Amino acid sequence: MHTLPNVFKFFRMHETLKNTDTIRRIHEIRDEFPILREMVNGEPLVYLDSAATAQKPEVVISSIANYYRQSNSNVHRGVHSLSQTATALYEDARTTVKEFINARYAEEIIFTKGTTDSINLLAHGLGKILIDQGDEILTTEMEHHSNFVPWQALALEKKATLKIIRFDDKGEIKPSDVESMISEKTRLLAITHASNTLGSINDIKEIVNICHAKNILVVVDGAQYIPHAQIDVQDLNCDFYVFSAHKLFGPTGTGVLYGNRKLLNQLPPYQTGGGMISEVGLQSTEYASSPQVFEAGTPNIAGVVGMAVAIKYLQETGYAFIEAHEKNLLRLATEKLLQIPGLKIIGTSENKVPLISFVVKGLHPFDIGSLLDQMGIAVRTGHHCTQPIMTRYGISGTVRASFAFYNTADEVERLYQGILKALKILS
Amino acid sequence: MMTVRDDMSIDEKQMALVETFEFFDDWTDRYEHIISLGKELPPLSDEFKTEANLIKGCQSQVWLHAEMKDGKLFFSADSDAIITKGLISMIIQVFSGHSPEEIINTELSFIDRIGLKEHLSPTRSNGLLSMVKQLKFYAIAFSAKS
Repeated sequence: MHTLPNVFKFFRMHETLKNTDTIRRIHEIRDEFPILREMVNGEPLVYLDSAATAQKPEVVISSIANYYRQSNSNVHRGVHSLSQTATALYEDARTTVKEFINARYAEEIIFTKGTTDSINLLAHGLGKILIDQGDEILTTEMEHHSNFVPWQALALEKKATLKIIRFDDKGEIKPSDVESMISEKTRLLAITHASNTLGSINDIKEIVNICHAKNILVVVDGAQYIPHAQIDVQDLNCDFYVFSAHKLFGPTGTGVLYGNRKLLNQLPPYQTGGGMISEVGLQSTEYASSPQVFEAGTPNIAGVVGMAVAIKYLQETGYAFIEAHEKNLLRLATEKLLQIPGLKIIGTSENKVPLISFVVKGLHPFDIGSLLDQMGIAVRTGHHCTQPIMTRYGISGTVRASFAFYNTADEVERLYQGILKALKILS
Repeated sequence: MMTVRDDMSIDEKQMALVETFEFFDDWTDRYEHIISLGKELPPLSDEFKTEANLIKGCQSQVWLHAEMKDGKLFFSADSDAIITKGLISMIIQVFSGHSPEEIINTELSFIDRIGLKEHLSPTRSNGLLSMVKQLKFYAIAFSAKS
């Protein structure tokens, strides 16, 4: 994209984003998200923090209310009709997720509280069956703390070694960077599909190939990738893939752990209690199999129901449309922001999810974010739970604007104008 | 526009700040004023920019130093973010030069009254809320010593 002269790039960009069909479609989509009509500090909200949590369409919001109004009952427990309805909704959601990520079996889908919960479940289980003293766990410098701290804690507990794969100046990790860190002691790689701070997308398929050739299991944090592109866990061939519903336009407090069935059957339970047993005696208990064994207690049924509706909504909207529109937004925003003197983008890979982290010379991200907030523009500032990335670039934080398919070219313009205004006030 | 004077009580100073801010028409003026206060506040000397004086926020960091002179507490502070620095400049102006008892017994109210409440919210994580708590702790500690 740096080869074309600016004037041509803008012509092409505006042509795509000014396509009337696209504009009409985006307006229809925006109408489905009630929160996008909110005013913030007297201005129409520009929500550019979808990487932290995405907004929810009306269908998701009403599905949760309707669940409580019409179907609320405990799952897997009762003979009565409502309980059967609730169980059917809950198990249908599992099938929806299974088909969404193209898993082989529904029992490979475990409902959790979210990405962090999924990773903790794995760190707990794999710590018991896979990681011993002296073993090596591989992770990367670009992980969100949620895919870093659990492995660091496990390594400390087991006297294992946590080895960190570095990224280059653009924020990229090449499969060969992974390969060069592998030793005969490596048991596991925990890696993000896309970075929440840099936006970079990792070549998971190739990385899994390299790891599997050496009998290394691969855990993929898909939280930032799955809202933006179709995934296929059979094609990626990873052992575990985790994500959260709330970044996927669904409710908070719900998430998914996908695991290869063979491996899940070897994992010990994370929590024990009700709903995860097959038989309880006074001296010992026989556990149920996956997924129930990993879903102790009454699950977040309404959340799971809402997540399934969000997935269907996404499928109807279509990833082809989502990807094309988001790529245009990212390109436009990148080009606009680069025109701002002193602004530097952190994470310059050509292959990114639609988010831009930036710093402005001499200014603190908090100050820029506070002023943008006054203008009704929601961005995130700080270290984004990725302190190793901040250390790598020698910065304390960035401003991050992250996009979803409900964002528009006008909002990119408001961000651009907003940053200019903030810089004027701060200078 | 009233100015804050050293011979005012803490509450009188807060009142003066509130009156100053009533003078501004919109958020741009308010923030420009806070930013100019942040720029005017002399940086904390390195000897006081210690780990012990550091209040870590998720977003911005604050250093707070306290000294007792003739029964009165004097504060100096700094931050890496200029808006935070402007706000702490006003806070230390309000509380400096008063007895520990007066500091303990007076609530910080002007931030709320000038429409900047969100900066004192725990979710803002700019270190400001912790700084105010720390300032009160110093007052309690010095009050216990004397």
